[in-house]
Amino acid sequence: MRIECPFCGERDVSEFAYLGDAGYRRPPADSQGLAERFYEAVYLRENPAGPHQELWYHAAGCLSWLRVTRNTRTHEIIAVGLATQAPGS
Amino acid sequence: MRYSIFSLLRQALAGHRGWEPAWRDAEPKPAYDVIIVGGGGHGLATAHYLAKVHGITDVAVLEKGWIGLGNAGRNTTIIRSNYLLAGNNPFYELSMRLWEGLEQDLNYNTMVSQRGVLNLYHSDSQRDSYVRRGNAMRMHGVDAELLNARDVRRMLPFLDFENARFPIQGGLLQPRGGTARHDAVVWGYARAASGRGVDIVQNCEVTGFLREGGRIVGVRTSRGDISARKVGMAVAGNTSSVARLAGVRLPIESHVLQAFVSEAVKPLIPCVVTYGAGHFYVSQSDKGGLVFGGNIDGYNSYAQRGNLPTVEDVCESGMALMPAIGRVRILRSWGGIMDMSMDGSPIIDRTPVEGLYLNGGWCYGGFKATPASGYCFAHLLARDEPHEVARAYRLDRFAAGRLLDEKGQGPQPNLH
Ligand SMILES: Cc1cc2nc3c(=O)[nH]c(=O)nc-3n(C[C@H](O)[C@H](O)[C@H](O)COP(=O)(O)OP(=O)(O)OC[C@H]3O[C@@H](n4cnc5c(N)ncnc54)[C@H](O)[C@@H]3O)c2cc1C
Ligand SMILES: [Zn+2]
Repeated sequence: MRIECPFCGERDVSEFAYLGDAGYRRPPADSQGLAERFYEAVYLRENPAGPHQELWYHAAGCLSWLRVTRNTRTHEIIAVGLATQAPGS
Repeated sequence: MRYSIFSLLRQALAGHRGWEPAWRDAEPKPAYDVIIVGGGGHGLATAHYLAKVHGITDVAVLEKGWIGLGNAGRNTTIIRSNYLLAGNNPFYELSMRLWEGLEQDLNYNTMVSQRGVLNLYHSDSQRDSYVRRGNAMRMHGVDAELLNARDVRRMLPFLDFENARFPIQGGLLQPRGGTARHDAVVWGYARAASGRGVDIVQNCEVTGFLREGGRIVGVRTSRGDISARKVGMAVAGNTSSVARLAGVRLPIESHVLQAFVSEAVKPLIPCVVTYGAGHFYVSQSDKGGLVFGGNIDGYNSYAQRGNLPTVEDVCESGMALMPAIGRVRILRSWGGIMDMSMDGSPIIDRTPVEGLYLNGGWCYGGFKATPASGYCFAHLLARDEPHEVARAYRLDRFAAGRLLDEKGQGPQPNLH
């Protein structure tokens, strides 16, 4: 598996650290049912078999956080962007 | 047919032409009392104990491929009950006791070998944490012995004791731990369950659930609809996918774990050894192959194969621990998909959907749990209440903050 970092180019996966599902959103402090929403954000995962948006950190490179779309069935990397970019853009 | 020395002799005299298939490859009926989804070790064990302990025999185990082709047939066969937490220890000790009587119970040679599991320590602080674990085990009535370097040297003289960075100071030994033959466990449970009337249906993938009101009343499968009073999931790495068919989201990620086996060599490693300074563990199969592995690759995966950085990491750790392993050639490597839960511990519980029961989140340690998992899941399915030793494995523990985090890693599945 190789990830094409926007800064460093195509690099071996061993240079990157994996955080997981990029869908994590911290619930706003004034949201309804806060405990339930925190439970969902911290613990529940979609865990799809297929394309998955996930966060990787280029730890042995430029230290950027990346948003990677990867097929969990084949390990094919479909798209790579900066973590700060909105999904899909 | 009961297996015994007499049946063997009779068959030997008859030229071995009278053996019957060990279990019945059944056609699905339209309805059952209980359906178990997944014909791995856990699903088949559940069916066996449902029939044997609770007298519920109108049961089908539905397997999408062939039984035992999932993790049950891919794991490195280590069994142990060296757990720290009070929520875990009695469960794994029940499993160990069931292992100890399994061959008599199933009338099948599952090759349970209590050769000992040794966890090495390489620093004072690691020793202290093993002392704590060993004491917790002994307080639960589980065997544990702290060894110093001299003791370990006697058992495993070929390890790199004087390693400059991670010298071996000793280890925590569970003498009753060891290995069992994974395929035989699958076949033994299948045979015992089938003998009591359970239908084992292969090439039957569950693709959806039948509902009446909110309740689950059966499953849609690749071989037609089948109704059931209760449906239990035991699908290991596919837990999230199957639960999603019922609209249930879970605190689980699927990850790939790799394992390796070398060419056969003469008896070398008398027990199971785990390296305390890296991700590596090894034992020797009865055929002579060194069976070893390390950590999960660390990213979500359903691919049943891993990547090279993990292979490299495992081999490097192996070389650091026992340099002699460098002379042995690797025969095969493979991967399996495990359902890593958010606290590294399993779930055996009802789901929010009436009629649907969950057995999952076994991470990379579910083989040793097979007997107790089946025992406790059968208890839950039969009586609608958790078995005493599985009380901590509730699905609501995440929301309630009662996590069972042996390693203290927090909700990050690839760290457990
Ligand atoms: C490489 C490796 C090494 C391991 N080493 C150890 C070890 O040393 N000790 C230990 O204790 N544990 C170990 N484990 C973990 C252990 O193997 C698993 O936790 C355990 O086997 C999971 O339970 P199971 O046997 O029921 O799973 P499986 O055998 O995977 O059974 C699940 C079954 O469900 C079926 N299924 C999935 N979806 C559907 C569907 N929709 N419809 C019908 N059927 C379906 C699958 O085909 C599969 O056969 C290891 C795992 C791996 C991969
Ligand atoms: Zn980079």
